[in-house]
Amino acid sequence: MDWTRILTNVAGELFAPATAAYALAAIGLNVHFGMTGLINMGQAGFMLMGAYGFAIATMNGWPVWAAVLAGLIAAAIFAIILGIPTLQLRGDYLAIVTIAAAEIARYTVRSSSLTWLTGGNAGISGNDFKGSFQNLCPLPEGSWALGPFQYSNCLSNSWWLRIVGWSLVAIAVVLVWRWMKSPWGRVLKGIREDEDAVRSLGKNVYSYKMQALVLGGLFGALGGMIYVLPSAVQADALGRTLTFNVWTILLLGGAATVFGPVLGSLIMWAVLMLIKSVLRDMPWDVITSTQAEAFSWVLVGVTLMVLVIFRPQGILGDPKEVAIDGR
Amino acid sequence: MHLAAPQPSQRRRRPAPSRALWLLITAFAALLVTALPASAAAEPACSPDPETACLIGTMRTAAGDPAVGVQLEVVGPDGSETVTTGDDGRWVLAVHTAGEYTVNLDVETLPAGETLRDPTVTSRTLTIELNSQAGALFALGEPTSSGDATAEPSSASPSDTSTDSDPTTETPSTSPGTNRVAQQFANGLVFGLLLALASVGLSLVYGTTGLSSFSHGEQVTLGAILAYVGVQLVGLPLWAAALAAIAIGGATGWLQNLGIWAPLRRRRVGLTQQMIVTIGLSMALQYLFQFFFGGGRLRIVTTSSSPVRIGPVVMSVQTLISAGIAIVVLAGVAMFLMYTRTGRATRAVSDNPALAAASGIGVESVIRTVWVGATALAALGGVLTGLYFQATTWNMGGTILLLMFAAVTLGGLGTAFGALAGSMVIGIVSEMASLVMPSDMRFAGALLILILVLLIRPQGILGRRDRIG
Repeated sequence: MDWTRILTNVAGELFAPATAAYALAAIGLNVHFGMTGLINMGQAGFMLMGAYGFAIATMNGWPVWAAVLAGLIAAAIFAIILGIPTLQLRGDYLAIVTIAAAEIARYTVRSSSLTWLTGGNAGISGNDFKGSFQNLCPLPEGSWALGPFQYSNCLSNSWWLRIVGWSLVAIAVVLVWRWMKSPWGRVLKGIREDEDAVRSLGKNVYSYKMQALVLGGLFGALGGMIYVLPSAVQADALGRTLTFNVWTILLLGGAATVFGPVLGSLIMWAVLMLIKSVLRDMPWDVITSTQAEAFSWVLVGVTLMVLVIFRPQGILGDPKEVAIDGR
Repeated sequence: MHLAAPQPSQRRRRPAPSRALWLLITAFAALLVTALPASAAAEPACSPDPETACLIGTMRTAAGDPAVGVQLEVVGPDGSETVTTGDDGRWVLAVHTAGEYTVNLDVETLPAGETLRDPTVTSRTLTIELNSQAGALFALGEPTSSGDATAEPSSASPSDTSTDSDPTTETPSTSPGTNRVAQQFANGLVFGLLLALASVGLSLVYGTTGLSSFSHGEQVTLGAILAYVGVQLVGLPLWAAALAAIAIGGATGWLQNLGIWAPLRRRRVGLTQQMIVTIGLSMALQYLFQFFFGGGRLRIVTTSSSPVRIGPVVMSVQTLISAGIAIVVLAGVAMFLMYTRTGRATRAVSDNPALAAASGIGVESVIRTVWVGATALAALGGVLTGLYFQATTWNMGGTILLLMFAAVTLGGLGTAFGALAGSMVIGIVSEMASLVMPSDMRFAGALLILILVLLIRPQGILGRRDRIG
């Protein structure tokens, strides 16, 4: 077993674009669940809106800023449509409706009748929408190596994408930290703890919940864009498994904390990469790489179960702050 | 599910195996080529160039599996040549003269039980020019009046890296009748009955414990996969494999209650927390199935059942028997809930657990019964759904889980009869939806109902207001 290569893979995962994308989506989910107590089981739907909005707008010749805006607006509209019927419902209803809405979005974009727009089942290949983002790259052409990590400067899975992705994560962390300290954040926290008490203070609970849903969804959309930029947009990659992964990340790192989502994403992807690499390097040929992949998802599922039962506050969280059953 | 008019591109769509699987298949095929250089299956690849044209085609069985070893005779300007479909159902012939070619299918070499969708058309004529390729395609399936063989689009086989592709964009084991609306309605009734088997259990679990169990879909998959193991790997007859699947399914319910849900209830873990536990369990089980059985389609039985015409509707015998079993079992569940002691106790616990406990009902034992019954019903539903879709996959249950939730919510969470009514509505809607919208979006239509119900009447058809909080 080649431990140098395995550990290099694991360390590479710590700053990979996908890790940043998951961290962003988990930060968004933290605004929903950690700050406000909304059980959103459709975060993948917001990521899908961001990814498809960005990709389709770019394909129609929009500049990067407009395409990003298109993705964000798509996610915001999705949040509003979703929020109107559901924000007055109890927790588990909200969960079922959000997961159903995310699935409706996925069925719609993968439908063969929309192939002209979304590419249907095959999705949108990377070369069709990456160009304008890569053209913004200020780095010189070619590739650059930092120790054992060599990536292209600008193309696909690049340093440029890493810089942008992790800058967005940093901005999101600062924003969430400011919001948590703000009066607005305290109202959200109040809603999480006791909705009626907040209502008695004359606050419009419904409106605050909607704001949280939209804001968290916007982070999800940004995560979706970073998630697809290294490869391609494919509807089935933006399905339920993605949502459950984001939940596991949030609960692992710690809901209602500033750094929890980022820490959770780092740990989860590093550990998954470690397990997959070790399994692939096993001297016997019992496990195929598809099976190694499946096994790692089994572990994610089990981790989610164990975390929720034994340590719902995760690594960084405060048990008093995590109100899974608050609503 | 089901398209009444054969639309070749959609009828033949099958869940694309993951790229890794394709690689595996290709590697395996390559191995075969090196091992058996004289094998007829190893047709030379053909690429069109200025002196070559390629005649190609793919034969698939009614269920969408490759039809292996079918012989076709190609008659053209240069004489005649015979080709055989390979392990992937493909055949290729390189020709070096432009002109008209006739492809004759040897019906005798079709896989057992397969028939041409249009038995009168056993040959295709195509005109081909050099530096191009043309396809001749013969559709297999139940014979219909309007079926025809069509030119195959020359695009490559679908490949996607999906982890979530849907198993249910499949042709069920029936074939279109003369009246499309009646046919879809009948299919909807059958699908609704099968859905009801799964969702009644989901509803009972919710009613007695308050838990929205996301892992119920995996209980459905478990039933189908156990039936596959019983029939295909152990060699049991179907009925024995189905009974074994139901028994093992029920046992998993009992074990789950003992090992997970009862302790969680004792620890007073909140219901939403428990729901997230079921989500984790669902994910773990789903990928465990994929781990052991791969991402491909698992056919419980490989023979196809003969069709029967009832009025304007055509159904396969197997589907009719499935529907009959579902009706009998559902009636049995209803009788149990209405007239037996345990059934009445179950309804009492659903109504008000505290009051039921106070009046001497053993709430825990009722819940245990419900878990066993719900998972056994789900296993039966899985076996029948696997037969209805002609195959099962590791994520079949996950795909219909939300339809089950839609059915349960529509009927009113926690009411068993509501779940039955809701399932019938969802079944009929998702089948009839393909009359007015693209068939790969019809589940989206059913889920839209779920959201609309929550918007307009959150307690569902038969539910009570106090359940919605």
